[in-house]
Amino acid sequence: MVNPISAASAPEKGTSLWRDGWVRLRKNHLALFGLAVMVFFCVIALLTPWIAPYGYEQQNLQLGASPPSAAHWLGTDIFGRDMLTRIMYGSRVSLLVGFVATGVALVIGVLWGTVAGYAGGRVDAVMMRLVDILYALPFMIFIVLLMVVFGRNILLLFLAIGAVEWLTMARIVRGQVQNLRHQEFIEAAFSMGLSRWIIIRRHLIPNTLGPVIVYTTLTIPNVMLLEAFLSFLGLGIQPPQSSWGLLISHGVESMEEYPWLLIFPGLALSITLFALNFLGDGLRDALDPKASKD
Amino acid sequence: MLRFILSRLLQAIPVLLVVITATFLLVRCAPGGPFSAEKAVPPEVVRALEAQYRLDQPIWQQYLSYLGDLAHGEFGPSFRYPGRTVNELIAGGLPITAELAFYAMLVAILIGVCAGVIAALRPNTPQDYLPMSAAMLGICMPSFLMGPLLVLVFGIWLEWLPVSGWGELAGDKILPAITLGTGYAAYIARLSRGGMLEVMTQDYIRTARAKGLPERVVVLKHALRGGLIPVVAFLGPAFAGLLSGSFVVETIFQIPGLGRFYVQAAFNRDYTMILGTTVFFATLIVLFNLLSDIVAVWINPKLRHQLSRSR
Repeated sequence: MVNPISAASAPEKGTSLWRDGWVRLRKNHLALFGLAVMVFFCVIALLTPWIAPYGYEQQNLQLGASPPSAAHWLGTDIFGRDMLTRIMYGSRVSLLVGFVATGVALVIGVLWGTVAGYAGGRVDAVMMRLVDILYALPFMIFIVLLMVVFGRNILLLFLAIGAVEWLTMARIVRGQVQNLRHQEFIEAAFSMGLSRWIIIRRHLIPNTLGPVIVYTTLTIPNVMLLEAFLSFLGLGIQPPQSSWGLLISHGVESMEEYPWLLIFPGLALSITLFALNFLGDGLRDALDPKASKD
Repeated sequence: MLRFILSRLLQAIPVLLVVITATFLLVRCAPGGPFSAEKAVPPEVVRALEAQYRLDQPIWQQYLSYLGDLAHGEFGPSFRYPGRTVNELIAGGLPITAELAFYAMLVAILIGVCAGVIAALRPNTPQDYLPMSAAMLGICMPSFLMGPLLVLVFGIWLEWLPVSGWGELAGDKILPAITLGTGYAAYIARLSRGGMLEVMTQDYIRTARAKGLPERVVVLKHALRGGLIPVVAFLGPAFAGLLSGSFVVETIFQIPGLGRFYVQAAFNRDYTMILGTTVFFATLIVLFNLLSDIVAVWINPKLRHQLSRSR
């Protein structure tokens, strides 16, 4: 005979937020497409040194700028360098800036928001007022200024962009933490004598992950856009390094004679931004706690 | 209402002070002075120049006197264009930038509201996806890509429109306005779609339909008013963003506006010009944010009610 209690409690298997979100995300074809494109681009970028059809600096001055052909799928630039190769190498820088600068923003924003939301009271007021003040700054202008003053350094680029993009993250996390703070499991953790830092690290931050992931996905395209924009102005990545923004800026100079030098790097950037935005929107629909399953 | 405006004005002061102080310090930390030019200048000349621009004083004194000048609306002389003041340069560039921003705003509102409203009428159908994906194009095609592509197609291949300049040839304002406007059109489309979707489920829309009004009147006369509230709230920050974000477009199309001055100043290390424009832009942004907050309260009876109750 089966024990009635265990039979009653066995069948209902809880679905976690993540499982739930994944089920919902799978139904969103645009978001899945975005995810697939991003994975594809990232794999290509990682493998570039081994799979690129030509050398990065390999010139062919006799060939010069040539339109797309069987040997050079995306054509060549004025030095006869293969565009596909250059776009692949450019993707490494563009994606790297996108991910690392977003990472910087993530760390600052999550820590700042958690501390403000957890501390509350005057500390919270001061910290969030500071965020308000920074919010009102003309940031494009500020970054241009930073790059001019401190020179064109890729590390600084990460820091400058990251330092700009953490504000919204901090606001989102603070809101989440404020909601969580008075729930029972936090009080239980307190009563068990856990230290504040452990409560923040083990209980608060993991519970804010959903919105943070969503916003991170939406920050990456912004950051890549910012980098491309700075490189376009000549304030970002410097040659011989290359990024999509820099390729576009070179393409603009000779677009009348060699339009493919502008169109292909532009396509690469636009497709990536499209994919990330669709993925971010899809994730928001999937992980947003307000859109619950019933 | 008056108290609300006053308190928001008071909040703007620390923001502006932080901007001024941070920019001032950044610019003073920058390596290489504006006079470390190609040629070696006799030390007397350098000293005379430094005295003229007050660079010989200690930094806190420079800062205080700069604040004093700002209080009188003086941005100081330009380092690069001798004999001209930053005020003159701003006064020369601002009308052009403002005109460009205005046209871009028209483009953004026209495209954005149309796309958003059309999409909201039949949500989750092709009539929704198509305009919204098209609007997404504005976000995913940054202005420095959109601008050159438009020039390539309409200026060079089709030869319909001039490729650069401002106010010299007929139609040379069209391409810059479209380039600058499309990015904001995408945001406005999203906002108006969201706003319309929310309004269309309200009781008063059902009432209007029950009265037998044609759908066109229901949408254009009854729903649009409420549905566009989020858009109106966005217009202030958007206009400020257009003003301060126009430098790419001005560089591409060689428009002699404020943004181009700023980029040139940044490359030339024209410190007073950088400082002046940054402070000026920051003030504009703060003012437009304030303005849009006020308008939002003014057109939204719910917010107005909350405000008078909280007092």
